[in-house]
Amino acid sequence: MIQFSELGPRIILYFGSGGKVFLTESTCFEIILAVILAVVGIWLGSGLEKVPRGKQIVAEVLVGWVYNFAQQNLGKIRGEKFAPYLGSLIVWLVFANSLGLIGLRPITADLNVTAALAVMSFVLIQGFAIKELGVRGRIDELGDPYYAILPMNVISELILPVTLALRLFGNIFGGMVVVDLWMHLMEFLSYKFCAVPILRCITVIPLNLFFDMFEPVIQAYIFTILTAVNLEEGMSGMREDTAEKRRLKREKKKQKLIKEA
Amino acid sequence: MGLIAIGAGLAMGLAALGVGIGQGILANGAMHGMSRQPEIAGKITGNMILAMAIMETALVLSFVIAIMLYSKL
Repeated sequence: MIQFSELGPRIILYFGSGGKVFLTESTCFEIILAVILAVVGIWLGSGLEKVPRGKQIVAEVLVGWVYNFAQQNLGKIRGEKFAPYLGSLIVWLVFANSLGLIGLRPITADLNVTAALAVMSFVLIQGFAIKELGVRGRIDELGDPYYAILPMNVISELILPVTLALRLFGNIFGGMVVVDLWMHLMEFLSYKFCAVPILRCITVIPLNLFFDMFEPVIQAYIFTILTAVNLEEGMSGMREDTAEKRRLKREKKKQKLIKEA
Repeated sequence: MGLIAIGAGLAMGLAALGVGIGQGILANGAMHGMSRQPEIAGKITGNMILAMAIMETALVLSFVIAIMLYSKL
């Protein structure tokens, strides 16, 4: 049974004495999954030919979908720039969420992992927004259409990583708990007439189909699309009519100063 | 003790009630749009999933709160 008193995963490796430095289950699976995905990606991308066949068709469909997705959300030039990040994010998330299929704990059913991913997205969004617009432009954008709305926009920017992390964690963790409860019910029922927990083997498949195949894809898509949408919103600057209004106001002020002088 | 259990159940149930109603209305609108203009059904589906995810945030937050309450039992 899952222990609710601690939401984190099992600790499997201790370093040194005192148990202060340790490695959890999800960290290990994370590194293993990343290495496997990198190897598969390099293998898919090796030996490219003019006329695609075999594995190259799969690679081309995948990469084409990712670039199309990024360009739809971010525009043509920016989409091409951010497609590698978004693509690796969505592929890694799909596999990390559906690790329950092989009987392991899904990597993203750990608040630390999802929080790290959300912080990564947050830093990316703020960093590129400031790099694109400058600090002054970013403040102008957050105070669009009136500067009075600035604190609210700042709060909504700060709350984004929290909701990103909690959404992913809650969905995957909830799915894991439901599957686990069902497994224990089936075990209990099958011990009534048999020494082997025989009912567990087939009856869990519909739950696996939903919580370990459908839900991971949807959640990975949502995480990626929210990152992309917020990135686009942060980098696009203030609206044109607001910029025009502010320019006119500034000119009026300048003329007033000239008249007074 | 008992009040905490009731609170955890209520938090989950009320949040599910509200989010269920909201997502129902959203799906209703999306289906209407799709039946009127089948050409842009793909675009509507993408936006519908995005809006549903934003709505679901409330449910997930209350789920986390329910787990926190449960661990206090």
